[in-house]
Amino acid sequence: MLSKKELLDMQFIDARARLIDLAAFLDRLERHEGGDDIRLSYFKAALPILLENRPDRAKAVLERFSDHTTELSETAPFQGASGAPVS
Amino acid sequence: MSYIEPHAHMVSRTTDDYERLALAGCEALCEPAFWAGFDRSSAAGFYDYFRQLTEYEPKRAARYGIKHFCWLCINPKEADDPGFAREVMALIPEFIGRENVLGIGEIGLNKNTRNELKIFEEHVQIALDYDLPVLIHTPHLEDKLKGTKLILDSLSNFSKLDHSKVIIDHVEEHTVAHVLDAGYWAGMTLYPESKCTPNRAIDILEVYGSENIWMNSACDWGVSDPMAVPKCALEMKRRKHSPEMIRKVTFDNPAKFLSQSPRFKL
Repeated sequence: MLSKKELLDMQFIDARARLIDLAAFLDRLERHEGGDDIRLSYFKAALPILLENRPDRAKAVLERFSDHTTELSETAPFQGASGAPVS
Repeated sequence: MSYIEPHAHMVSRTTDDYERLALAGCEALCEPAFWAGFDRSSAAGFYDYFRQLTEYEPKRAARYGIKHFCWLCINPKEADDPGFAREVMALIPEFIGRENVLGIGEIGLNKNTRNELKIFEEHVQIALDYDLPVLIHTPHLEDKLKGTKLILDSLSNFSKLDHSKVIIDHVEEHTVAHVLDAGYWAGMTLYPESKCTPNRAIDILEVYGSENIWMNSACDWGVSDPMAVPKCALEMKRRKHSPEMIRKVTFDNPAKFLSQSPRFKL
């Protein structure tokens, strides 16, 4: 396994770029016209998880974006997925 | 390096991709039956597709020294119409004995509907009837966690099912433990935008171990990369994983699971 420093040497610039890209994504959305969107609410609700002191942030973010209902649907409203429970 | 690509939809890929796979060391690949990106209008469309999987693709792969195997089913995206699904499933016995057919897959759920689950369970029964391995697709994005739990619940009702002959694919951080803890194999799909990135797949190996798990590209007609497995192997090397560990997850593990079908011979 790599040391923390070795991992940072290898991946810090990439992670930094991704973080800035996320910030720019939120700036971009704010500059554009349109109403509220549930997907953005899920997105913003997931962001604080990144700062939590826990070893399973990726799992927690995925769970935040998951449908937690348990009953089967009668029909498929559409075939794809939105990335967050929108219906 | 030599490796096995255990999940690739080569009917959607070019012959150049076969060449790239061969150059990267791919010795065998497995092609589960899946959605074509649109709904077929008749069961006859699946008849032709099953012929393509069992007759044409093995020849195309062989030109590059790659062994081609496949799995048969009607995929969950087209399984919400049970009448149609059963018409397609009725074709399976005609193809099930062909020499490159490993088992039933990729069955599973898409939008977690009652009909999808019914057809999923009927597929599992076919696998049991023929004593074949099963490859299971879990839903996309927000539907994955719920679908994985529904699939596991459903499988627990099949008392004669050998868990070691079932692989549940497309696991991520929030589903992998559910699958492994229940005694099933887990597959990680390396996609550029969804499912796992190479680094996340390696994280999963570091946290959950390397037993009963494989990685695949699931390359198809969408955003995907047929070279994802060798690229992930390279990333494992950069992260100082041993050659033995890389070999285990890219070759030994898939070979071990797939060898449960007597037709899987390298």
